[in-house]
Amino acid sequence: MSDLTFHDYDTEGFVDELFYDDRTPRHGSEVLVRRINSLPAEELLHRQQAINRSLLRMGITFTVYGDESGTEKIFPFDIVPRIVEAFEFQHIEAGLKQRITALNHFLNDVYNEQNIINDGVLPRPILEKAKSFRHQCVGLKPPQGIWCHITGTDLIRHSDGAMYVLEDNLRCPSGVSYVLQNRMVMKRGFPRVFADSGVRPVTGYPGRLYETLTHICPNDVPDPHIVVLTPGIFNSAYYEHSFLAQQMGVELVQGEDLVVHDEYVYMRTTEGFQQVDVIYRRIDDDFMDPLAFREDSVLGVPGLMDVYRAGRVALANAPGTGVADDKVIYAFVPDMIRYYLNEDPILPNVPTYVCDREDDRNYVLNHLDELVVKAANEAGGYGMLIGPHSTQDEQAKFAELIKADPRNYIAQPTLALSRVPTVVGNHFEGRHVDLRPYVLYGESVWVLPGGLTRVALRKGSLVVNSSQGGGSKDTWVIASPGTPEAEAEAEELL
Amino acid sequence: MLSRVASSIYWMARYVERAENLARFIEVASSFSLDQPDSGVEQWEPLVRATGDEEYFRNKFGEFSADNVKAFLTFDAEYHSSILTSVNCARENARTVREVISSEAWEELNTLYHFVREASLRQMSQEPAFYDDVVQHCYKFTGILNSTMTRDAGWHFANVGQSLERADKISRILDVKYFTLLRTINDVDTPMDDLLWSAVLRSACGFEMFRKEFHAITVRRVVNFLILNPRFPRAIRHCVEEARESLSQVSGPVPDLQNDSLLKAELLIAELCSTDDDTIINQGMHEFIDALQKSLNEIASAVDTTYFARRPFPEIQQQQQ
Repeated sequence: MSDLTFHDYDTEGFVDELFYDDRTPRHGSEVLVRRINSLPAEELLHRQQAINRSLLRMGITFTVYGDESGTEKIFPFDIVPRIVEAFEFQHIEAGLKQRITALNHFLNDVYNEQNIINDGVLPRPILEKAKSFRHQCVGLKPPQGIWCHITGTDLIRHSDGAMYVLEDNLRCPSGVSYVLQNRMVMKRGFPRVFADSGVRPVTGYPGRLYETLTHICPNDVPDPHIVVLTPGIFNSAYYEHSFLAQQMGVELVQGEDLVVHDEYVYMRTTEGFQQVDVIYRRIDDDFMDPLAFREDSVLGVPGLMDVYRAGRVALANAPGTGVADDKVIYAFVPDMIRYYLNEDPILPNVPTYVCDREDDRNYVLNHLDELVVKAANEAGGYGMLIGPHSTQDEQAKFAELIKADPRNYIAQPTLALSRVPTVVGNHFEGRHVDLRPYVLYGESVWVLPGGLTRVALRKGSLVVNSSQGGGSKDTWVIASPGTPEAEAEAEELL
Repeated sequence: MLSRVASSIYWMARYVERAENLARFIEVASSFSLDQPDSGVEQWEPLVRATGDEEYFRNKFGEFSADNVKAFLTFDAEYHSSILTSVNCARENARTVREVISSEAWEELNTLYHFVREASLRQMSQEPAFYDDVVQHCYKFTGILNSTMTRDAGWHFANVGQSLERADKISRILDVKYFTLLRTINDVDTPMDDLLWSAVLRSACGFEMFRKEFHAITVRRVVNFLILNPRFPRAIRHCVEEARESLSQVSGPVPDLQNDSLLKAELLIAELCSTDDDTIINQGMHEFIDALQKSLNEIASAVDTTYFARRPFPEIQQQQQ
C-alpha cells in the first residue's frame, strides 16, 4: 500500500519549493497539495505510469549506451511539480534581463574594443587564458548587435532562501523541449489543478524563438529562411532540435545539407539550392566550420564563418559566446553588471574563489573538504570535486591539479540546494533541485515564465545532470492574481 | 524540401509498406496452412523465393519449414528486409524527419516499433494475432499520415515510396505464386480451386474487391485484376499511376520534360495500358514480371538521382536557368 500523500512529508530542515517552513503549502501549490492528498491510493502512481508511457510513445527517449538490443529509456520525469511564486518569478525575471543585457555588452566589448580590460575591471591574463575565447570572432559585429539570443541560466536556491546564479550557459543551452513536453503531459495528468492554480503558460516559446530569429535576419528578404542546424540523430539533444524545428515550422538541417556558394549559404533541396538567412545552430563553435575552427569536423559547413562575417547569414547564438561560460569569467559577471549598466546585480552569483588569485587559492587549498571545486571549462557535472562527499585521495589529486594550473579552477561553498517532494517508491521524499529558466534576446529580452527543474533523484545527491542520475519536473510559475495570462491557460483546457 | 529529408520520408514509407506486405503474406500463408494442411501446395517456400534471397535463407535456416520462414521474414535482425529490420529502418528514417511528419504519425510508427521490438524479444511470432496487429499498425500509420499531412512535397515523397514498394511486392508475390500454382493446373481459364487463388488475392488484400468485380476466380482474371486494374489501390498499374501523380505534384530541380523519374513512370504506365492479360500470359508471366520489376527499379533509381542525390552547385544553377 502506498502513501502518496503529504500528511507525513518532512522537509527535514531544507528549503522546500512546495511548502513553507511551517509545512503549509506555498501560495500556488494549495490546490495541487489538496488534490494529491485526496487521490485514492495508487492513483498517483497510475498517473505517473501513464505519463511515462506517453513519453515513451512520443519517443522522448535516449538510447542506453552499450546496450546492443537498442533499449531506450525516457528521461526520468517526476510528477510532483516545482512551484515558483509570482513575486519570486518577477525577481528572477528582472535579474535575468539585467544579467543577459550585461553579458551581451561584455561579449560585444571583449571581441571588439575590450574596454572592460582597458579599464582594469577584468585582468587581461584571465581573458587570454580562457580556452573558449575565439580569435576568429575578434572584430565581429553580429546582426542587431546581439550575441546571446538563447540562454538557459542555471539558478539554485540556498538554505538562506535566496536564488543564486550557478551558470549562464550562453552556448547551446538545451532542455527547453522538456519544459514544453513536461507541461503537456502534466496537463493531461492534472487538468483541473492547472485551471485552478493560475499556472502561467509556456506554450509561447517556439513562437517567441521564431520572432527572435527573424529579428536578426541580415538579408533584405520578405520571408527569411530560418533553419535549425543539428549535429544529427546521434546527438543526445537531437529530439529537442527536431522538436523546436517542428514547432517553429522550419527546416531541420545537418551540415551536409548546407553549402556555401558565392558568399551565401544555401541548402540542398529537391528543387535545387535555396538561400538560408538565419541558422539556429545547435552545434558547438568548434564543429561549425572546418575552415575556421576544427578542420577535422565533418558536422559543419565549410566557409560558413566567412558568410557570417560578411553579414549574409545570421547565427544564433553567435560564435564565441562560450567565453562568458568560462567559470573564472563567470566570477566577474557581477562586476560586468556594475561596469556596463551601472546597476547592482539583482541576482547574486554563488560566492566564487578564483584560484588564480593567491589569497583565494590558499583558502581553497586549505578548505578542499568543504568546497566544490570546478574546472573552468567543464560542464555536465564533470571535472568537479564535491568536498564534503570526497575522499582524502580525491582532495589530494585536486590540490595538485589546482597548483599545476590555478587559472583553470574555481571553488564555491557547498550549497544546500532546495528540495521538492519526489515520488520515491511508494511515498514522497525531498530531493534537491535547480532551475533553468530560458531567456530570449531579440527585439527585447524575454524570460519564459517557466523553466526546467532538474532533480537529483539519488537521496542526498546535489548533482542534477541527466548524465548523472538526474530527472526533471514541471515548473509552475504562478500568475499574479488577476493577470490575463493564467486565464489563457485555463481556457485552453476547457 | 531538403533532399536528405525527402529521401528519409520516401524510405520511411517504403519500409512501412514492406513490413505490412510481409506481415500479410505470412498471415495468409499461415491461415491457408490451417485450412488446408494437405493441399499439397507449398505455402512457405514461395515466400522465400519472392524475396530473391533464397541463398541467404538456405545458409542460415536450411529447410523451408513454417517456423524457419517465419523466423527469417519476421525477426531476423541480420536480414535487410525482415519485418523487424523494416520497422527499425522505417523508424530510424522517421526520426530524422520528425519535424516534417505529424507528431501523430510519428507516435504511431514509434508504437509499432516498440510493439515489434517487444515481440521479437519474446519471440511472439507464434501468436496468431501478431501479424494481423502489424498490418493494423501499418494501416493506422498510413491513415494518420494521409489524414494529418498537407499534400506537400513530404507527403508526395512518402506516397511515391509507398506506391513503388507496393507495386514491387505485389509483382513478386504474383510471380512466385503463379509459378507454384500453375504447376497444379493446366488452363488459365478454368474456374479453379477458390482456396488457392483466393489466398493469392488475400495476400494483396484484394479478395473482396475482386469478387465484386468478377465473382468466379480464373487465373486470367487474377492477372487482370492485380496487374492491370486502374482502380484497385494495390493493382500494379494503379500504384505506378499514384507514383507518377505524386512525382508530377512536386517541383523538381529540372523541368518535367527533363525529369527522368517522371518520364520513366510515364513509360511504364504506357506499357501497362497497352497490354492485356492475353499478351502477358502468352508471352510468359515470369518474363513480364521480370521486365516490370526492372522498370520499377529504374523509376526508383531515377527518383534518387533526380531529387535526393548530392550534386555540385553550378550544375543545378545552370539547369535552373
